[in-house]
Amino acid sequence: MTEIDIERVYDALATTLDSLTADKRDLFLAKIALLLAHELGDADRICDLIAEAARTSPD
Amino acid sequence: MRPQGRAETQSLYFDYPQFKAPEDRKHLEGRARVAIVGAGPVGMTAALALAREGIASVLLDAKSTFNDGSRAICVSRSSFYILQRLGVVAPFLDKALGWTTGRSFYRGQQILEFDMPDGPDEKYRPMYNIQQQYIEQFLWDAIAREPLIETRWQSTVEGIEDRDGGLCLTVRDPQSVYKMTADWVLAADGARSAIRKMRGLRLKGENYEGRYVIADVQMAHDYPTIRRALFDPDCRRGGTVLVHKQPDDIWRIDYQLRDDEDADAAIAETTVRASVQAVLDDLGYDGTWDLEWWSIYSANTLALDDYRDGRVFFIGDSAHIVPIFGVRGLNNGLADAQNIAWKLARVLDGRAQDALLESYSPERRGATLDVFANASKSARFMTPPTPGWQLMRDAALSLALRHPFAGQLANPRQMTPYTYSDSPITEMDDVGFNGGPLPGAVLPEVRVHSGYLTDLLGSGFTLVTCSTAISEAVSHDELTNVVIPTGSAVDMALQLGADGAYLIRPDMHVASRWTKATAAQVMAALARNHGDLT
Repeated sequence: MTEIDIERVYDALATTLDSLTADKRDLFLAKIALLLAHELGDADRICDLIAEAARTSPD
Repeated sequence: MRPQGRAETQSLYFDYPQFKAPEDRKHLEGRARVAIVGAGPVGMTAALALAREGIASVLLDAKSTFNDGSRAICVSRSSFYILQRLGVVAPFLDKALGWTTGRSFYRGQQILEFDMPDGPDEKYRPMYNIQQQYIEQFLWDAIAREPLIETRWQSTVEGIEDRDGGLCLTVRDPQSVYKMTADWVLAADGARSAIRKMRGLRLKGENYEGRYVIADVQMAHDYPTIRRALFDPDCRRGGTVLVHKQPDDIWRIDYQLRDDEDADAAIAETTVRASVQAVLDDLGYDGTWDLEWWSIYSANTLALDDYRDGRVFFIGDSAHIVPIFGVRGLNNGLADAQNIAWKLARVLDGRAQDALLESYSPERRGATLDVFANASKSARFMTPPTPGWQLMRDAALSLALRHPFAGQLANPRQMTPYTYSDSPITEMDDVGFNGGPLPGAVLPEVRVHSGYLTDLLGSGFTLVTCSTAISEAVSHDELTNVVIPTGSAVDMALQLGADGAYLIRPDMHVASRWTKATAAQVMAALARNHGDLT
């Protein structure tokens, strides 16, 4: 995936999140997570990425 | 509970019999080989299973009739085999409604239709719906014909103590309080088991938050026997509703209570009527209906650490309480009864050593823990306990409308029989097999001519092989030898090959199997299954 590709995904997520009311954002993120996981099709890899995303940022 | 003006057992469609306390008092204090406390479906099954092995028992129950209300309504295929082996399956097949399919709905739209495994090779359907009082009635009809079972109604066991190599029970009935001794006791006295309390034992495990009201209504509703699960329906936003068809135009409506709903208020008759009407509106039923019975239920996973306490064995709800979603409460209880009965009978008449009884708790408690694992998954989907589970459940349901993979998360995957792989009497597998049931697993059903493989099984142990030589080399009082044609469907299903053999237990679980069986191996496995654990 190129820098341009990931930027397009980044933008699409941001604009979609902004188009939703606050109470629908969590549900949307959970849905997209399930859809992407199903596309990726590798449960071990996905669980590693879930752990990665759960890491607190070093600030 | 019943509507105002109707007694506890005053049903719209079922006449509850009234049983008297024993009238012949002379023999009450005699010694019994087995006392079974609790004449519900589990206790009655244990009594019948012992009787089929020639063992007499005394069956005691505090009540004067069957349990009130339909209660456990889903009887699984594996339980139908238990009933078949007791010789009582016919009335169940006549009355019960077999089913295979479930449908799940999210906000009124169907998101999933699932079928449980079924097909022309199967003798019984995966599940049958029938009210518990019919289960008790049909078992009772068989007990009433059985001279080896002495039933004492209106008889409460108030004390139990170890004495004289047995157990001394204090029994109270309307006429007197007396003591009787039993060599063994089977505690089938339910979730609130008095025997369990008197033995100082406690169930351990988890309570889930979800509470359900279960209500039976009688109505002429035109819908097939398909289990419906309504997630987040209009009638109960944020909650879950289950709908089951039962015989006699009775419909079971289970609906989840919100966290802020008070349990006492929820089970008031007017509230129940309004809640049921809202569900029926959602289902599109606009006819009349009668309220039959209701109760309240919460999802628990609780079990004893050990199902045996000296000469007392706990069977059914006295040993384990499981959430309803897996429909394993009654079904596992019946399997407990069958399991302890074939073992205890063999120990009592000297065919087996006491050590055989040590396999009961590992096998049946193992089955409970397996249910816990599955039921916990179902419970988390049906009644999400925390915001995280709730969010992911809602995400899955919301995707399921267009993405079948997400709908599969709503599949309850009910009822796969448990494999006794950790039992002290289950032997290591022969690694040469490529398919077929593992040692400890239930024998699969296979079509044989006009009948089924399970019809060929003996009442005790059965050796299944394609080899006439192996069959002729092994003989034992307990053993029925079944020789299968090479290349037949059974040969394929079991992967028998020329010299293979399976030893099947009285409860249809595989005791052991060999790719190249010898008479010595078969005899050793038979000895092991009679308690020779050396």
